[in-house]
Amino acid sequence: MGSSRADEVVLVKAMVYRGPYKVRVEEKARPKIEHPNDAVIRVTLAAICGSDLHLYHGMMPDTRIGHTFGHEFIGVVDEVGSSVQNLTAGDRVMVPFNIFCGTCWFCSRGLVSNCHNVNPNATAVGGIYGYSHTTGGYDGGQSQYVRVPFADVGPAKIPDWMADEDAVLLTDMTATGYFGAQLADIAEGDTVVVLGAGPVGLVAARSAWLMGAGRVIVVDELDERLERARTWALAETLNFTHVDDVVLEMKKQTDFLGADSVIDCVGAEADGNFTQHLTGAKLKLQGGSPVALNWAIDGVRKGGTISVIGAYGPVPSAVKFGDAMNKGLTLRMNQAPVKRQWPRLFEHVKAGHLKPSELVTHRFPLEHIAEAYHVFSSKLDGCIKPLVLPDAA
Amino acid sequence: MSTDQQTGRPAGGPATPHVAHRRQPPPSADELRARIPGWGADLDHADRPSFPKLDWQADRYGAHWDYPAQQPGGEGRERSIEHAQLTPVFGTAQPLHGVSGAVRRLAYARYSEGRLAHWMLLIAGDRIDAWGAHARSFLSGRPDQPFTETGVVTEVTHHGLASRLRSSRTDTRHQVLDPVVVAGPWVAAAVGAFLGGRALVRAVRS
Ligand SMILES: NC(=O)c1ccc[n+]([C@@H]2O[C@H](COP(=O)([O-])OP(=O)(O)OC[C@H]3O[C@@H](n4cnc5c(N)ncnc54)[C@H](O)[C@@H]3O)[C@@H](O)[C@H]2O)c1
Ligand SMILES: [Zn+2]
Ligand SMILES: [Zn+2]
Repeated sequence: MGSSRADEVVLVKAMVYRGPYKVRVEEKARPKIEHPNDAVIRVTLAAICGSDLHLYHGMMPDTRIGHTFGHEFIGVVDEVGSSVQNLTAGDRVMVPFNIFCGTCWFCSRGLVSNCHNVNPNATAVGGIYGYSHTTGGYDGGQSQYVRVPFADVGPAKIPDWMADEDAVLLTDMTATGYFGAQLADIAEGDTVVVLGAGPVGLVAARSAWLMGAGRVIVVDELDERLERARTWALAETLNFTHVDDVVLEMKKQTDFLGADSVIDCVGAEADGNFTQHLTGAKLKLQGGSPVALNWAIDGVRKGGTISVIGAYGPVPSAVKFGDAMNKGLTLRMNQAPVKRQWPRLFEHVKAGHLKPSELVTHRFPLEHIAEAYHVFSSKLDGCIKPLVLPDAA
Repeated sequence: MSTDQQTGRPAGGPATPHVAHRRQPPPSADELRARIPGWGADLDHADRPSFPKLDWQADRYGAHWDYPAQQPGGEGRERSIEHAQLTPVFGTAQPLHGVSGAVRRLAYARYSEGRLAHWMLLIAGDRIDAWGAHARSFLSGRPDQPFTETGVVTEVTHHGLASRLRSSRTDTRHQVLDPVVVAGPWVAAAVGAFLGGRALVRAVRS
């Protein structure tokens, strides 16, 4: 066991949850090696994900006061446990948002986002950094230091040619959007609708082309994000607040066939139906507001595929399952198994097919974490992807 | 614009899904390749990273064990009763404590993840934890400050109003509820304290 600095308490700065819509920076004890295959990483760059907003809004059960969020981060290995072989102190590493063991029933078959050996609190979800106790109770990377379990399995050394801002966005956003496009089972010439022009949706739209889509249509309500969908994802766009009935509009724009596949990159806090948003996102009477998912079910063609990448809570939601059944749909979904995507994504980033850092709009010092969350949550100032700099003065 | 103009479909004939083929074929592969860098690079389904879904991973992602060593200190650690045993690795970030801890422990010990009660108890535990932490913060050196902790100052520094007026966004309609979510419990507590105090005063006087 790593016993090196076990008894001295060193304080480090970390983002801390203080209740719904409230976060601040606190000093915490530097994380320790707790298992022989742990590493402690000094974080050099982190990001805020749309998923963090579900925690921030108090929607994820068992989000404890004092929890440090953050599952997108890169850093430098500071200390390794006694059984770590693949990393040494000083290595620059990128860490997938999934915590996984590599050898359980699920990991052995590539379902690393569904690992069974890292999350005692639930069997229905794997381990995720800084994502409440429902995903295992690990503090996350919006912090100066973070504990990384299974250091031989998850992290990868950052290739020399890769920019830090691309590397940090490969730990979730980029891998997730790309995985979402894969789940949509796109065949050459397909019409693909992407719901949500957040960072994940934009990457999904861009990735749909890599898989051979013939048309890509991105739906959102924020004009500056739809502008990015046109210029960055090279897609057609639809602002759902400009039409009376989105489903009908999707049908009209696809010659009444419906899209071959629809990718839900919105999740639990969808807008577009006030009652659903109120009961799902605000009053927490549902596991989230399934507006986008229902639009996907009704907007896709019969026999088509829906890819669900948006996150929903564990409490039941009012989903239009009857339509999904009657239409013979295929529904595919998961938390993204990030590391399984990396070899291919490294090629795409290197070739310039995907350049995730282009979506970064804001860079906040860790000290300004409350501001960062408010700007990203309320979609102020054209914010698309905010980064967090743990060491900026 | 008539539907026919909109879709480019020849006027008169049956519309697309009423017949076997699309009336509007997609752009050609050459056209797409010229317009979109990397178009079709991952055309082959069998060559996509997560295909097939279940795919034996011979390299184990670098793991060099059949079953991982057990992390020490797991005695009493709460766990889903759908787990046959404690997992070999687990988070230790915020151990259960106090009343919220008791409620959460009950959720884990009594109900599977398939039961609504499991999740409702956890949500109740979250609210108790938050109220308790706010109350305790006033006894600590660092009381909660709703103003700085909500980052609302960015409404001024990051163009709150202009950002909302720029798009025809509908989320602003329920964002007005956000302060209610933040301040609601405080207001309720204040009203409760006032009513309780008044009742006490009356009881003492009579
Ligand atoms: N499966 C995974 O592994 C995984 C990983 C990362 C993120 N996620 C989830 O993906 C989702 C998107 O993440 P993000 O970082 O892009 O978040 P985000 O909040 O920045 O983006 C969501 C977008 O959806 C838009 N939107 C709201 N209601 C809509 C509707 N009815 N139709 C269309 N668009 C709508 C919003 O305006 C916003 O632009 C979140 O739910 C997040 O939790 C999942
Ligand atoms: Zn995420
Ligand atoms: Zn595993």
